[in-house]
Amino acid sequence: MSNSATETLSVVVEREVPFPPEKIWRALTQPHLIEEWLMKNDFKPVVDHRFKYRADYLPNGALDCEVLAVEPNRKLSYTWNSTSDTAAFELKSVVTWTLTPTSAGTHLRMEQSGFRADQPQAYQGAKFGWPQFFAKLELVLARAD
Amino acid sequence: MPNAHDVLFRTLSDPTRRALFERLCRDGEQTVGALTARAKVSQPAVSKHLGVLKQAGLVRDRHEGRQTHYSAQLGALAPLLDWTSQMAGFWQNRFDQLEDLLKRMDQ
Repeated sequence: MSNSATETLSVVVEREVPFPPEKIWRALTQPHLIEEWLMKNDFKPVVDHRFKYRADYLPNGALDCEVLAVEPNRKLSYTWNSTSDTAAFELKSVVTWTLTPTSAGTHLRMEQSGFRADQPQAYQGAKFGWPQFFAKLELVLARAD
Repeated sequence: MPNAHDVLFRTLSDPTRRALFERLCRDGEQTVGALTARAKVSQPAVSKHLGVLKQAGLVRDRHEGRQTHYSAQLGALAPLLDWTSQMAGFWQNRFDQLEDLLKRMDQ
């Protein structure tokens, strides 16, 4: 890779969602709702609140997070870090949700930023790529029969 | 000459082999004995699987005295894993689940 050591990468996913921002905000901030679409958690929409997202496939079984910004129905930001005894599984990133009302509902944008470009992609990808990778692999294999 | 994807997919399609590789990814370098202790198969079978993983470049072995230590070579997955596109895939999938939830939620 030709990126400099300090450069960071980000991932952006955007979607038009046919629901008002208030409803999406609830799904993004209420722990029992978050669990239904993302992961188990002890989130609270309070700046500086430290919480964890938990899933068996994560290094140490959890992500260490801290709420950075809360603007109800508009913007939510938190750190998304994983610590591990294995340096290759370390990850420090920030996830920011932005909700913009539209005539048909809401433009929902998620940006995850802060991956360091100097870390090998395979290591980074392995962290979160695993479950998807194997799920896909199993699908491919099931179809291959 | 099979291409890199074929070799990796074929190597990882075996659940026992995949479990060994995942353990090395998670827990770091280990001896064949330690791997066998937690595997559901015999030591010769574990050694055979490790040999296949080694041929695919997914593990590396290191001899120390009478012990052979194995470690995962995550770099070998590079052909399959592009970090940003993998992470984008993760979030696309979560967006789908979020939309499903929103449809089920009360106003």
